[in-house]
Amino acid sequence: MKFGVIVFPGSNCDHDAYHVISKHVGQPVDFIWHKETDLSAFDAVIIPGGFSYGDYLRAGALARFSPVMKAVKDFAASGKFVFGICNGFQILCEAGLLPGALIRNAGLHFISKHVTVRTENQYTPYTNELKEGSVLSIPIAHAEGNYTCDDATFQSLEENNQIVFRYCDETGEVTPESNPNGARSNIAGICNIDRNVLGMMPHPERACEEVLGSNDGRNIFRSLTASIAAATN
Amino acid sequence: MKAKVYVTLKPSVLDPQGKAIHHSAEQLGFQQITDIRQGKYFELALDDSVSETEAREAAEKIAADVLANPVIEDYRVEIVQ
Repeated sequence: MKFGVIVFPGSNCDHDAYHVISKHVGQPVDFIWHKETDLSAFDAVIIPGGFSYGDYLRAGALARFSPVMKAVKDFAASGKFVFGICNGFQILCEAGLLPGALIRNAGLHFISKHVTVRTENQYTPYTNELKEGSVLSIPIAHAEGNYTCDDATFQSLEENNQIVFRYCDETGEVTPESNPNGARSNIAGICNIDRNVLGMMPHPERACEEVLGSNDGRNIFRSLTASIAAATN
Repeated sequence: MKAKVYVTLKPSVLDPQGKAIHHSAEQLGFQQITDIRQGKYFELALDDSVSETEAREAAEKIAADVLANPVIEDYRVEIVQ
């Protein structure tokens, strides 16, 4: 089993993701420079957070044109796992691997704080070690995390159970007050129809150690590891 | 030849930056301004050998593929000699 962490100019959570995979997941992991075009050595790739290309034009808009993204599309189409976190989620939306878009937070501010999210779908490769309704404490750190999409897209997300995480209060109640950025229907993370591509704004890789305030993020990486093991057996 | 590309948020998409700017305008006393929406403006310089039709085609394509995100934005192209 091998993980890859894609590095764009301006990625800055690549080392956090690498650290979590090597130390807490205990699996081999390599960095993948964005000029790379061959992903055949990997079972899962993480598109980490940061400010790829300085967020020029729109967050994630220019990373879509990096050579590695063509390989990521083929990788996803072959059923392998692509996990976008924060800027990675923005890139996946811009690249058309996930529907919708992430726009400026409703309150305009860059928000950096711990939030709680509710697991809306436990039947994904990223949440199979969680229970539906499980509440996770995971930090967010973004200015463009306000998920938006048109009504038809939203309806199909709901019908296909593609909404994986929603912002909620500490008891798991999804309320307007617990929505930090104005995201439609409190959406914090979604997957594609095939379930192998996940994008989320919260940073589970920053929630894998008690000393950082939470280790709830480990459940997501543990789920993914189990899914890779099941897929490669 | 030049192509001007205007990118604007779709009317249905919230524009918190435009709202904040509008709020400042109100504080400056511009009560007659009822709303502000923020957009982006691009100037594309094109080779002189390119016809107006070709210039428009190129600008429309780059606007749709790169400059605007069709999920949230609309665009408009103007060609200037």
